[in-house]
Amino acid sequence: MSIIEEKKGVSNVKVVTANEAVALAVKCAKVDVVGAYPISPQTSIMEYLTKYIETENLSMEIVRVESEHSAMAVAMGAASVGARAFTATASQGLLYMAEMVYWVGGSRLPVVMAITSRAMGAPWILGNEHTDVLLPREWGWMVLFPEHNQEVFDTIIQAYRIADKTLIPVVVGLDGFILSHTTMPISIPDQSVIDSFIPKDVPKPYALNTSNPFTHGNAVHSNVYLEFRYDIFRTIEESEDLVDQVDKEWEKLTGRSYGGVIEEYLLDDAEVAIVVIGASSGDAKQAAKNVREKYGIKAGVIRLRSIRPFPVKRLSQIASKLKAIGVFDRNMSPGLGGMIATEVKFALYDLKDKPIVQSYIGGLGGKDVRIVDFEKIFTELKEIVDGRIGVQRVRWVGLDLAAVDSYFEEV
Amino acid sequence: MRVLIPKSKPSKGAVGKTGLWRTSKPVVNHDKCIKCVICWAFCPETTIFRFQDNSVDIDYEYCKGCGVCANECPVNAIEMVED
Repeated sequence: MSIIEEKKGVSNVKVVTANEAVALAVKCAKVDVVGAYPISPQTSIMEYLTKYIETENLSMEIVRVESEHSAMAVAMGAASVGARAFTATASQGLLYMAEMVYWVGGSRLPVVMAITSRAMGAPWILGNEHTDVLLPREWGWMVLFPEHNQEVFDTIIQAYRIADKTLIPVVVGLDGFILSHTTMPISIPDQSVIDSFIPKDVPKPYALNTSNPFTHGNAVHSNVYLEFRYDIFRTIEESEDLVDQVDKEWEKLTGRSYGGVIEEYLLDDAEVAIVVIGASSGDAKQAAKNVREKYGIKAGVIRLRSIRPFPVKRLSQIASKLKAIGVFDRNMSPGLGGMIATEVKFALYDLKDKPIVQSYIGGLGGKDVRIVDFEKIFTELKEIVDGRIGVQRVRWVGLDLAAVDSYFEEV
Repeated sequence: MRVLIPKSKPSKGAVGKTGLWRTSKPVVNHDKCIKCVICWAFCPETTIFRFQDNSVDIDYEYCKGCGVCANECPVNAIEMVED
């Protein structure tokens, strides 16, 4: 297995859940302050952090608060004075935190937050879904989405580098339960490698300072608000190259690269491809391999690592060579389509030779999506290309309305 | 990459003359006033002038007319008057 091979700068291998990978990364990033409020499936991140503080005598401060709203307020306060800040949440917790998430984005503070993805009520639900992770993409945050535990660790470290550079806070999403509670081996680089990659003694022009007093987020009139929002837009738009570059620099130090904004899989000669994020990408890749062998379909996978910045440039380059793209969304925009599908269509609309884009929605609330489901998507995309079936606004994966007959009542 | 951050430096009336928002204004009756400066302490917008002898007056350029001062005055020396 490649990740347990001896690599430059690699000092040890641990077998951990993705939540522990997050906690280890936060420890290695020498975070100063953590705002902590428990919610499944994120809770064990905070449990691991408190364990490290207790057993390893870290100087990290964990502030236990009465709500997620205050957890983010703690992170904001800490970042405001130049401390390295972190918090984590999921689902309902993110919704309750939302106001402060928006404040941190608007104040341009380099906070990093892990969101362990989970569907939202009603009805009450614990299962995995990506809608929560995607929400802050409209709130002035960058959103990165790793595929497996090693990449979760690496992406938290990269997130601090990106946040410190752009002064845009960063969400790192990870699949609830599928990753958060599943163990895999990860390599942890030497502390010196991490220290050099995300130094803490960087300029902090945003840090409050009594000898040169200023504040964040004071009231303004409508003559400048648009300009503040524009500058967040511009910075995130321009960060597409930065995410690539940070990934390359990380590769130089650790030997691990994930393709920057997009991981490309079997795309060189591909006709059809699936756009996918997170842990399901592994199943999509296996399915691409399978349909190539079984049916001779030239299939590939476009794994978006970065949702904000949305990789418009790279996606356009890739898409112009394809005939059809199926976007698999484990989320939805009610009545319209998958959230990522709508963004993919927006990004590709101006291309001269654009591929057909078919939105797929499935896996909501943790419903299982398997390799065979991705194989079916590939065969459908091939049928669309051959003109045997048409494009629908949305094709549903695993939708079984008969199964919920007894839960619905016609009125 | 060019990086900009929004900063707000301390200044008087950073969002303009907020007195324009007012629909009623506090008026101090100096005969009744006992110079306790409770109104000055409670004003959420620091728009009450406090003079050396602890007499007070209202900064109408910025007072939003919330009425906290009139409510807190222990001797009812501040009256809210339609503006």
